[in-house]
Amino acid sequence: MDKAVITVVGQDTVGIIAQVCTYLSQHKVNVLDISQTIIDGFFNMMMIVDYGKSDEEFSALVDGLEELGDKIGVRIRCQREEIFTRMHRV
Amino acid sequence: MLNIMEVHETNQMIEQEKLDVRTITMGISLLDCAAADVDTVCDNIYNKITDKARDLVKVGKAIERDFGIPIVNKRITVTPIALVGASSCKSPADFVRIAHALDRAAKEVGVDLIGGYSALVSKSMTPAEHMLIESIPQALWETDIVCSSVNVGSTKTGIDMDAVELLGHVVKDTAYATRDNDSYGCVKFVAFCNAPDDNPFMAGGFHGVTEGDVVVNVGVSGPGVVSKALDAAKGKDFEFLCETIKRTAFKITRVGQLVAQEASKRLGVPFGIIDLSLAPTAAVGDSVGEVLEKIGLEQVGAPGTTAALAMLNDQVKKGGIMASSYVGGLSGAFIPVSEDKNMIDAAASGCLTIEKLEAMTCVCSVGLDMIAIPGATTASTISGIIADEAAIGMVNQKTTAVRVIPVYGKGVGEVANFGGLMGYAPIIPVNQTSCEAFITRGGRIPAPIHSFKN
Repeated sequence: MDKAVITVVGQDTVGIIAQVCTYLSQHKVNVLDISQTIIDGFFNMMMIVDYGKSDEEFSALVDGLEELGDKIGVRIRCQREEIFTRMHRV
Repeated sequence: MLNIMEVHETNQMIEQEKLDVRTITMGISLLDCAAADVDTVCDNIYNKITDKARDLVKVGKAIERDFGIPIVNKRITVTPIALVGASSCKSPADFVRIAHALDRAAKEVGVDLIGGYSALVSKSMTPAEHMLIESIPQALWETDIVCSSVNVGSTKTGIDMDAVELLGHVVKDTAYATRDNDSYGCVKFVAFCNAPDDNPFMAGGFHGVTEGDVVVNVGVSGPGVVSKALDAAKGKDFEFLCETIKRTAFKITRVGQLVAQEASKRLGVPFGIIDLSLAPTAAVGDSVGEVLEKIGLEQVGAPGTTAALAMLNDQVKKGGIMASSYVGGLSGAFIPVSEDKNMIDAAASGCLTIEKLEAMTCVCSVGLDMIAIPGATTASTISGIIADEAAIGMVNQKTTAVRVIPVYGKGVGEVANFGGLMGYAPIIPVNQTSCEAFITRGGRIPAPIHSFKN
C-alpha cells in the first residue's frame, strides 16, 4: 500500500469533499480515512489515501490537487505519508 | 493511524516556522582523477562530477514535491583538491585551473555550491598544499560557486602555525580580490581545526579520504521550529525547556533522515550522515539568536549567553541522535552572524562582541562564522583570530572554524551585504593590538597532553 496524506485548508464551502473525492476516484486513488476539524477558524480536512493503483504519477496527483484547490478557493496539499509518521512515531 | 493535529503540526512547521532541509550534499571522491598533467586532471574531474551528480538536482526537486518539504540547496563535496592535484600542479595557477573545472562541473549539474577546494595541513604542508593555499584568493575571485577550506590543526597533531600565518594573508588577499562585492570571496573560505570528513554544510564541506567513492549526506535546519516550540516553555524550569528542545530536534532530524534515505535510494548512492545542526537564515523567525533570547536573554551576548548556547547545543544533539542511524558533520547549533537576524541585531547594537562570540564557540558546534570585520585588520591579527579558535578546538577535542570577512574599504559601523542565504552583517570592532611576533615565529604548536591516550 502506498499511502499519502491530503490536507485541505481554507474557508468552509459546499462540496469541497465531493469535488476532492471525485478527482481521486477519477484517478483510481482509494480513500482510507477522512477527518475534519476547525483550526484557527479555518476548515481543516485530512484524508489518508492509497495511491498504489493510481493511473497518474504521484507528482501529477500533487499538481492536479493543487490546481483543484485553486479552483475551489482552498489550499490542497498531497504529501507522502512517511513525512508525518517519521516525525511523530518513534 | 495519524491524526489531523499531527499532520497540521508538521505542515505548520514547514509553512510558518521555516522548517526545511538545508542541503542534500553528494560527496564524490576524486582520488581516481589524479594524473600527470593538469588538463587530464581537469577533464577527469569534470567527467566524474557530471556523471555521478547528473540526477542530484532532479531527485532533490522530486523529493521536495513528494513530501512537501523544501530542500533549499543541492551541493557537492569533493576530495581535498590539494591531494588530487598534487601529481600534476606545478604552480598556484595550475590549481586555479582545477577550481575552474569544479565550477564548470557544478554549474553543469545545477547545484548551488561545490566544496573541497581544500588542504588538510594540521601538522605541516606539502609543496602542493602550500601552492593550493596560495591559489585560494585567485580561485575564489575567478569562480562563482567553489568553496574552500583549510584544516590547520587537530587534537592529535597540534596546530601548523606556518599555515595559520599564511591564511591571514590568504583572507586579506581574497578580501582585496573581491573588493567590488563587499569582499564576498571570504564568505567562501573557512579555516578549520578538527575538520570532519563528512560535513554537508558550506563553506567547510569536503569529501574526506576516509569516505567511500560517492555518498549522500543531508543537513537539516529548523531554528524557527525550536523557537516556536519554546513559546510553550515560557516561565517553565530547565527540565521542561530541555525536554521541549530535545523533542523538537528529534522531529526535525527525522525529516532529514527520511529525505536522506529517499535520496540515497533514488540516486543509488549510499547514505552517509545527517548533520542535525540548527542552521539559521537572515529571514525573520529563522534564527538561533532568537532561540537563545527565548531561553531568557534580553539579547544575544548578554551574560548567560554561553550557558544558554551550551544547553541548546547539547539538547539538539540528544534529540537528534535518537532520530537518525548516522549523525555526523558538525551537528549542533550554528551561530553565524550575517545569516541570523537576531545575531545581526545584537552585533549592530554592540551587545554581541567578537570576544563573546569566541567564548560561545567553546560550546557550539562550529566557530566564528560569517563575521564582518574592518577591512584594515592586519593579516597577522586575522591569523591570531584563527590561532585562538584552532586552540579552542584542539584543546577541547571539538571542531572549530573561522570565517571572517575583512570588508575591503569599510570600517566599524558600516554594513556588508552578501545576499541570499549569506545575508548581511554590521562590521564589528576587532582588538587590533599586535600579535605579529607570535604569528611569525614559524613552526607548529605541539599536540596537547590529553591527545596521548595510547
